[in-house]
Amino acid sequence: MTEILIDLGFGEDLADVLAKYLGAGLLAGIFLLLPLFTIWIERKGAARFQMRVGPNRVGPYGLIQNFADVIKLLGKELIFPRNVDRLTFMLAPILMVTSVVGIVAVLPLAPTVIGTDLSIGVLYFISVSSLATIAVVMAGWGSNNKYALLGAFRTVAQLISYEIPLIFSLLIPVLLVGTMSMQGIVEFQGTYWLILYAPTAAVIFLLSNIAEIGRAPFDLIEAESELVAGFMIEYSGMAFAMFYLAEFLHAFLVAVIFAVLFLGGWQGPFAEDLPILGIVYLAAKTFFIYLVMMWVRMTLPRFRIDHLMDFNWKFLVPLSVAHLLVTGFVWRLFPDTDLSGGLFSRLVDEFPRMAVMGLSSVALGIVALSLLRQYAANQRQRILSLTTVDEEYALAITPQTTAQSSVVVVTSGD
Amino acid sequence: MELTWESLAFLIFSVLSLGGGLAVVTLRNLFHSALMLMLSLFGTAGLFVLLVAPFLAAVQVLVYIGAIAILILFAIMLTRTIMGVQTTYNSQWIGSAIAALLVFGLLLLTFTPLGDDVFDEQLSANLEEDPVDDVDYVTVEEIGIAFSTRAGFVLPFEIVSLLLTAALIGAIVVAREDEA
Amino acid sequence: MVPLWMYLFVSAALFSIGIFGVLSRRNAIAVIMSIELMLNAANINLVAFWRYLNPAEINGQVFAAFVFAVAAAEAAVGLALILSIYRNRQTVIVEDVNILKW
Repeated sequence: MTEILIDLGFGEDLADVLAKYLGAGLLAGIFLLLPLFTIWIERKGAARFQMRVGPNRVGPYGLIQNFADVIKLLGKELIFPRNVDRLTFMLAPILMVTSVVGIVAVLPLAPTVIGTDLSIGVLYFISVSSLATIAVVMAGWGSNNKYALLGAFRTVAQLISYEIPLIFSLLIPVLLVGTMSMQGIVEFQGTYWLILYAPTAAVIFLLSNIAEIGRAPFDLIEAESELVAGFMIEYSGMAFAMFYLAEFLHAFLVAVIFAVLFLGGWQGPFAEDLPILGIVYLAAKTFFIYLVMMWVRMTLPRFRIDHLMDFNWKFLVPLSVAHLLVTGFVWRLFPDTDLSGGLFSRLVDEFPRMAVMGLSSVALGIVALSLLRQYAANQRQRILSLTTVDEEYALAITPQTTAQSSVVVVTSGD
Repeated sequence: MELTWESLAFLIFSVLSLGGGLAVVTLRNLFHSALMLMLSLFGTAGLFVLLVAPFLAAVQVLVYIGAIAILILFAIMLTRTIMGVQTTYNSQWIGSAIAALLVFGLLLLTFTPLGDDVFDEQLSANLEEDPVDDVDYVTVEEIGIAFSTRAGFVLPFEIVSLLLTAALIGAIVVAREDEA
Repeated sequence: MVPLWMYLFVSAALFSIGIFGVLSRRNAIAVIMSIELMLNAANINLVAFWRYLNPAEINGQVFAAFVFAVAAAEAAVGLALILSIYRNRQTVIVEDVNILKW
């Protein structure tokens, strides 16, 4: 791109800088437009899950429906309620979108296509997405509405809690590969994908990420049917659309990050010779994960808020900490294998290490799940016994009450 | 000093940092000053990037902006009935302004060569700048090694983790609503 | 490259702003925010000195990381204290918390 700009008559320095800005703008622009497409997939998929047809009027298979919706949202009035904190109110959706688009910078799309291969890529992903919390607080406070504020409190509690298992499960690939650079993590997976080394960590990562983006079954952030959309209650028109956009883009980017960290990113046959193939592989993996997330969203009912917190603090956090410890110990048992040979020799050399790591991870997951099942069985038992006692109690007191009331009636009759 | 991209970035980030800082101490609306604090912290994170400390910059955003500033915002929202207070400053604000300016002047005299020209005397610490060669951007590993070896900082690291645990428990105990 | 004294200038200015805030603001939360500013100024100094005077050793960055941890602890305990005071005395104005005064 720099060469093109120099041909157009820009100076060399300027062309270099301009090319960087244009590249960043192009990348961000592509990703910002993606939700138009993913929302269509989401709506179609949701419809199929619920035995409906979904959008089918505007364009072939309703493909253009989202464009129509965007135009509608653009045309709507942006309402400022009275006494709203204007600057905060307006900045919140912008910050929300910024925090999500910022993630794009470190995504390795292909061997050579990456915004910038930061040495701290994974940490950058976490810290940029933690900015969303501030946007939520700003929106809740700026709206000058008690429901918005309460919604913001709940949202922040959820986001901050689920950041902990998210970070711990992210540390496991970092620990295994020995670098925080996204490209480095992908290159490591030329032999085996990281999901084979740590399947439980992958599941924890996906779960806590679904909670971070606030999708069903963790969608207490919006909970449109009970919380009147939480912190977004006062937003209308384009400002609301920006929150919506940020949410869907975040969901998509989480799928990309999952594919990068656990499913080998752009790795695949011939990807290193032909970068475009890498993008295709990555897209395929991403859409597979996106489908899984959609499936979860369509199938499971919403958590109750205390269950949500219990699930995080009593299950995900201890499990992820234990997983990190186990992974660290088991990883130390094996010497580093020589990863310079051909693919086949690498596969053979690396296999024992991968198998033991994967088995230890699975074992940990099974132990945790059986503990959870034990706990759930106890809970069910307790609730069952409670209801029986209640029924007995109800049965026991019912005739008495009638007797008493009849007595009362009699005495009042006297 | 010629205007390079680096000095331009330095200018932007230091203006963000200082402007945000000034806004923190001058704005009456506490919520706004907390947001400005975040801006200031963000500017500092940018300065860290310029100083080739990307790890610290990311931690600054994650810990300071993502956690401490959120904590402050929460405290502000929980004590919001107080926000109607009319005066921002107490009675000693003129004195504190003078004190702050004095400290500023003293720091400038001792650390920067600005004072040397004015007073025509060698007042500053005369920090000789080594010709800085390019530092490796990958500093995470070095920091990790420094934190976990006996030659490095393993004892301070453990003490800091103890401090954090104690602070965590202490904060919960102090802020608990129901009395034991 | 930006000379070292410019970073020191920024950090000195930030530190002085923090001092002014600590001494003059009435709201205790604003005081805590000013303390955070001062800690940040110290951090800029640590990292700048590391970068310019001793880039071979990693110590400057490690110290800055310790400052982060201490700042987090300070903010947590400080804000908890403020909340506790607010609950007992319905105020976060520093001058109103005067039970230790004669």
